[in-house]
Amino acid sequence: MIQQIPLSWYLIFAAMLFCVGLFGALARKNAIAILMGIELMLNAVNVNILAFWRFLYSDGVGGMVFVAVVFAAAAAEAAVGLALIISIYRRRNTVVADDIDLMKG
Amino acid sequence: MSTEMLIWLIPLPPLLAFALIVLFTYKKHALSHWIAVSAAGLSWLGSMVVFFSAAGKEGLSHEPFRSFINWLPTQRNFLQIGVQIDPLSAVMVFFVAWTVLMIFIYSIGYHNYGQPKGTADHPGLPPHGAALKKHKETGGMVPSVEPMYARFFALISLFAFAMFTLVVSDNLLTLYIGWELMGFCSYFLIGFWYAKPSARDAAVKAFLTTRVGDVFMLLGLVLLYSQTGSLSYADTLANPVVIEELAKHSSGILGLSIAGLIGLLIFIGVIGKSAQFPLHVWLPDAMEGPTPVSAMIHAATMVSAGVYLAIRVFPLISAGWEPGHALTPTMVVLASIGAFTALFAATIALAQNDIKRVLAYSTISQLGYMIAALGIGAYVAATFHLVMHAFFKALLFLGSGSVIHGVEHGVYHTGEHVDPQNMFNMGGLRKKMPVTFWTFLLGGLALSGFPLVTAGFWSKDEILSYAFKGDYFIVFVVLAVAALLTAFYTARQITLTFLGEARTKASSHAVESVKVMIIPLIILAVFAVTAGWSGIPQGFPLFGGILPNWFEEFVGSMVKESAPHGAGESGSLVPLLTSLVVSLGGLALGWWVYKDVRAGMNDPLERVLGRFYPLIKNKYYIDEFYQAAFIKPAIWIADKVAYQFLDKFLIDGFLHAVAKGTWRLGVIFRNFFDIPVVNGTGDAIGKGTQGLGDVLRKMQTGKIQQYMILSLLVVILVGVLFYLYFLLGRV
Amino acid sequence: MSALQIVFLVTALVTLASGVMVVTVRKMMHAALWLILTLLGVAVLFAILEASFFVAVQVIIYIGAITILIIFTIMLTRRVMEDTGPQTNRLWWIPALVSGGLLVALVFAFITWDRGYVDLDFLPGSAVGIAELGKAFVSPDQFLIPFEVASILLLAALIGAIYIANEHKK
Repeated sequence: MIQQIPLSWYLIFAAMLFCVGLFGALARKNAIAILMGIELMLNAVNVNILAFWRFLYSDGVGGMVFVAVVFAAAAAEAAVGLALIISIYRRRNTVVADDIDLMKG
Repeated sequence: MSTEMLIWLIPLPPLLAFALIVLFTYKKHALSHWIAVSAAGLSWLGSMVVFFSAAGKEGLSHEPFRSFINWLPTQRNFLQIGVQIDPLSAVMVFFVAWTVLMIFIYSIGYHNYGQPKGTADHPGLPPHGAALKKHKETGGMVPSVEPMYARFFALISLFAFAMFTLVVSDNLLTLYIGWELMGFCSYFLIGFWYAKPSARDAAVKAFLTTRVGDVFMLLGLVLLYSQTGSLSYADTLANPVVIEELAKHSSGILGLSIAGLIGLLIFIGVIGKSAQFPLHVWLPDAMEGPTPVSAMIHAATMVSAGVYLAIRVFPLISAGWEPGHALTPTMVVLASIGAFTALFAATIALAQNDIKRVLAYSTISQLGYMIAALGIGAYVAATFHLVMHAFFKALLFLGSGSVIHGVEHGVYHTGEHVDPQNMFNMGGLRKKMPVTFWTFLLGGLALSGFPLVTAGFWSKDEILSYAFKGDYFIVFVVLAVAALLTAFYTARQITLTFLGEARTKASSHAVESVKVMIIPLIILAVFAVTAGWSGIPQGFPLFGGILPNWFEEFVGSMVKESAPHGAGESGSLVPLLTSLVVSLGGLALGWWVYKDVRAGMNDPLERVLGRFYPLIKNKYYIDEFYQAAFIKPAIWIADKVAYQFLDKFLIDGFLHAVAKGTWRLGVIFRNFFDIPVVNGTGDAIGKGTQGLGDVLRKMQTGKIQQYMILSLLVVILVGVLFYLYFLLGRV
Repeated sequence: MSALQIVFLVTALVTLASGVMVVTVRKMMHAALWLILTLLGVAVLFAILEASFFVAVQVIIYIGAITILIIFTIMLTRRVMEDTGPQTNRLWWIPALVSGGLLVALVFAFITWDRGYVDLDFLPGSAVGIAELGKAFVSPDQFLIPFEVASILLLAALIGAIYIANEHKK
């Protein structure tokens, strides 16, 4: 048997990707960049779910369904988020997240 | 209605009049005087009915008309008050009713009812005349109506109530109530023109001087009550057993018996009220009041009330005395003060120029007569003179008021500024004011004791003969000299005022007074002439026996024996001759000295008496002496001790210290507790919350990424906690 | 080290490096392009995991739709971000710290987790096929409801996005 990839590798990879995405979401100025970071995080989550599914539950479809739903959610969220960004851009002429602080105080 | 019930009602109409005038009719002149005069009329009517039924009753002195009620409950029984009419109070109520009614009617005219309102008149000042537009002659003023017209009638109504109460009361307590109420009305009426400083001062002087007497009188009443347990006449004064008991025991003071001490104390009250020496100083100043006031209060009624009280408590004064024996010490005091005052006041009256002042001192002198008569035991004579004097003195005062009005009219008419009350500015008024002249003449003759046709003759003669027959020689001589002086100054007064020629333009323009003033004069003149005929002694040469000596029998029944009157049957003629000489001689002398006094001349008496004249003109400087000896120290004590030290220093000082201390305490509380703790807590809560909010608000930056970080951190924290929990739970 | 492992490592490395580039490059366009690469790498990983359906879905949906949307948005908002200045916030070290901490924590958790899954091999059986997934989506006693809910979500997002991004003409 050829050596397979242990689960832990997938998990560690997913964790790293998640943290990179997290950093991007938290540290970038541009709102679109924040969204990109979020997409990265969602992808890491997908990898995580699929890894577990494949190793533990691959005789069922539960994992895949979950991932499908996550895909749908991610797509919806990206669409709405970008629509919001465009709307804000039209109003405020900015996409810098820090400049949109009406909820201040 | 029974006589007793009627007696209760006699004092009430004037009280009702007072209340009505004060409350309702204050602005209406006619209604006020009608209410007052009607009330006086009602009381007069009641008094006449009571008097005539009293006069017709046999043995009134032993069974007086009496009605009483239980008033204040005391330990053993009740203090009773009520009304009583015995012979003494019957004659009192007679003359009080007449004089009060006459004076009320006279006051309508005196205060110029119906005249226009004055141009510069002010309530509180005497009216100064109204300028008539159509009479623009030299002065062009006419007399104006008194601005405080209704007030006057209200006050004299109240006074009438007090006097009637005093007269009809059957106990010393209600007598004292009436006494004090009269003093109060006297104060108000003397100070009727309250804007005049002299009137105000005179009112205060009258009140305080009589107060000195009243304090002692109250002590006498208290002593009587404590010894006998009652103040009713029936229980004490008319009860011989009680009198004897009181006379037997010594009081320990000045060797007087208890009865004597009580009598003396009550007599001191009489000294104050009836203006005897040394408390006589208020009566001349009381002439500041309007003339009806002077007539009523200070001639006919209030001062007579003093003598009435002395006569009433005669059983106490004379307790232990038998006619013909030595007088009790109290009686000696009465006789001495009375006789001295009679002479003393008569001398002062010689040098007075104000027409009312002469009459004031004359009143003092005549009251002294009555007191002296009482002091030597002449009960009936003193009462007789009291009643007669009331009539002719009231007449004289009202007449002087009419004279003053007439001269004032001349002053208004001519515009000349002279004192209308100074006799040296009068003269020749008999032609201008005939009725006033004749009535005044009759009154003056009565005062001087003109023989036979005047009441004064009969009463004075009684006293003199009693004094002579009782061998009270000093009293006799003093009273005779006083009678001489009385006649002299009366003639002086009449001559200066009415006879001769007018000395000023004002008096030459005098007119007779209105009818409403004249008619009371005439009525009183009738009494002045005829009243004396009710007391002609039996033993009088020629005329004795024509008319029964009704007065003697009626009033004399109050005492067991009226003294050495038995000796009057065949007595000597010395007292009678003395009477005739002093009265006729005095009158003639007075007329002769003053008949030629012209305008601008001085009083001829001044030259005759020399250095003695200023002494009597200035009333022996007694007022100045009192001022220095009593009043100044009292004022000094009031100012320095009571005011400056006690009041300002001690009491105010204490109060200021308390106030300062409290204030300081308050400041401390404020600064150390209120502001830091209470305010501080409140402020701290507010500021703290604000501060906390300011701090926490920094978290809300509005920046999404920071929110995300924060929530992430929290989630991580929770996750770590969960992990540790599970981990630790496992382990 | 088998070939599969090497492929995995290379793919993982490329993906991670692209991810880092996504979050650090200055120009947004470049970031978008790096994102495409990252997503491709993830698709390769899906393939290694024998989830072939999702490889296609990933490429079509993520790269083909979402990333294109992102590029549209970047283009539409280009005027503002002139791609000058730093692209990260001033306090970027806090997220770095947080992420790093999280990573450390997660790794630590994986390592000390004594479930025993850590070195699991593949199950002998192969993964279930697409047909099963399709049937599962439409069977009421399996996963119909999540399917329907997800579609409603998409519908709402669709409508919402159109409305929000619409230029409201007054």
